[in-house]
Amino acid sequence: MDNKILFIILSMALVTYLTRVGSLALFRFTGIPVWLNRWLKHVPIAILTALIVPALLLPKGSLDLSLQNPYLPAGIIAAAVAYKTRHIIPTLGLGMLVMLGWRLI
Amino acid sequence: MDLTKPKTNDLAVEVNPGKGDFLIAVGDSIPITLGVIPFGITCGIMGITAGMSPVLIILMSVLVFAGASQFIGITMIGAGVSGWGIIVFTTLLVNLRHLLMGMSLAPYMLKLPLPFQAVLAFILTDESYALTASRTQTDKYSGCYQLGASLPLYIVWILSTALGVFLGSHIADPLSWGLDFAMPAAFLVLLAPMLVNRSSLIVCLTAAVAAVLGAMYLPGKWYIIISCLAAVLAGGLLEGGKDNGQ
Repeated sequence: MDNKILFIILSMALVTYLTRVGSLALFRFTGIPVWLNRWLKHVPIAILTALIVPALLLPKGSLDLSLQNPYLPAGIIAAAVAYKTRHIIPTLGLGMLVMLGWRLI
Repeated sequence: MDLTKPKTNDLAVEVNPGKGDFLIAVGDSIPITLGVIPFGITCGIMGITAGMSPVLIILMSVLVFAGASQFIGITMIGAGVSGWGIIVFTTLLVNLRHLLMGMSLAPYMLKLPLPFQAVLAFILTDESYALTASRTQTDKYSGCYQLGASLPLYIVWILSTALGVFLGSHIADPLSWGLDFAMPAAFLVLLAPMLVNRSSLIVCLTAAVAAVLGAMYLPGKWYIIISCLAAVLAGGLLEGGKDNGQ
């Protein structure tokens, strides 16, 4: 049983590394197409947004726009503070405070 | 961003301030790294619940180092999924988003020494990508920064998995602590300075809508890939219409 699980873990590690190194390996040989650069510059904003928004609107995996979802008010406050201060400490602090307060009331 | 520059020139500039960049990145990564702890503990607890041996649970965090696919893999092992192929294939699908992040960083990473590239790729995650891409936009890319943004997360992921294994099921669901809010909060701070003009706002809005729809209707982490493709397409087309040849 353990041997089989070890084999599964090694295979998971291999395919995961392939996804991480794949683009580098490809572009190492082909070079980076010039036309691609124009599109690639939008990737950071797109991925950050895709990591943030579902975490706030679907914290349990299904869309929750109700008042029962503390991530929503906390996220809105955190977004405002992040935009204003651009610093993590007030953003995280106020966000967590709203979340805790929201759960108490 | 000027790719026609000779390689050696860029390298000389990047290697020198390395140590400083590394430490700055370690500092920047603290909130995100703290946010990962409950996930690591959960991973360890899930492994124990699935009947895996402690060594293998921790080994998985050392070798795979990809939260979502580890959760799925452990769940499938626990449910006694007989075919290893389906577990590995699911892992591949869940992690395909790394290709997009690799593509985005490739113009910079390819200038680093090969072994350094190999190491940075091994510890590439959503979190270290977010930090590195943000730093690249607001300042400039640095391999040492990427290392400093990745390494603490890797170490803490392994340690918190071990902690979860050790605690077993003695503690209540650590994901209910609310610490997982640290991650979206940290990402918001990284995102805010990038929204500087109309096209960046449109990319962000497109990504948000596509991500929510994708998260509602698609399995696994496909919502990240779909949302990224949709937003990049929107941004590219928008700018393509304005300034051709740029």
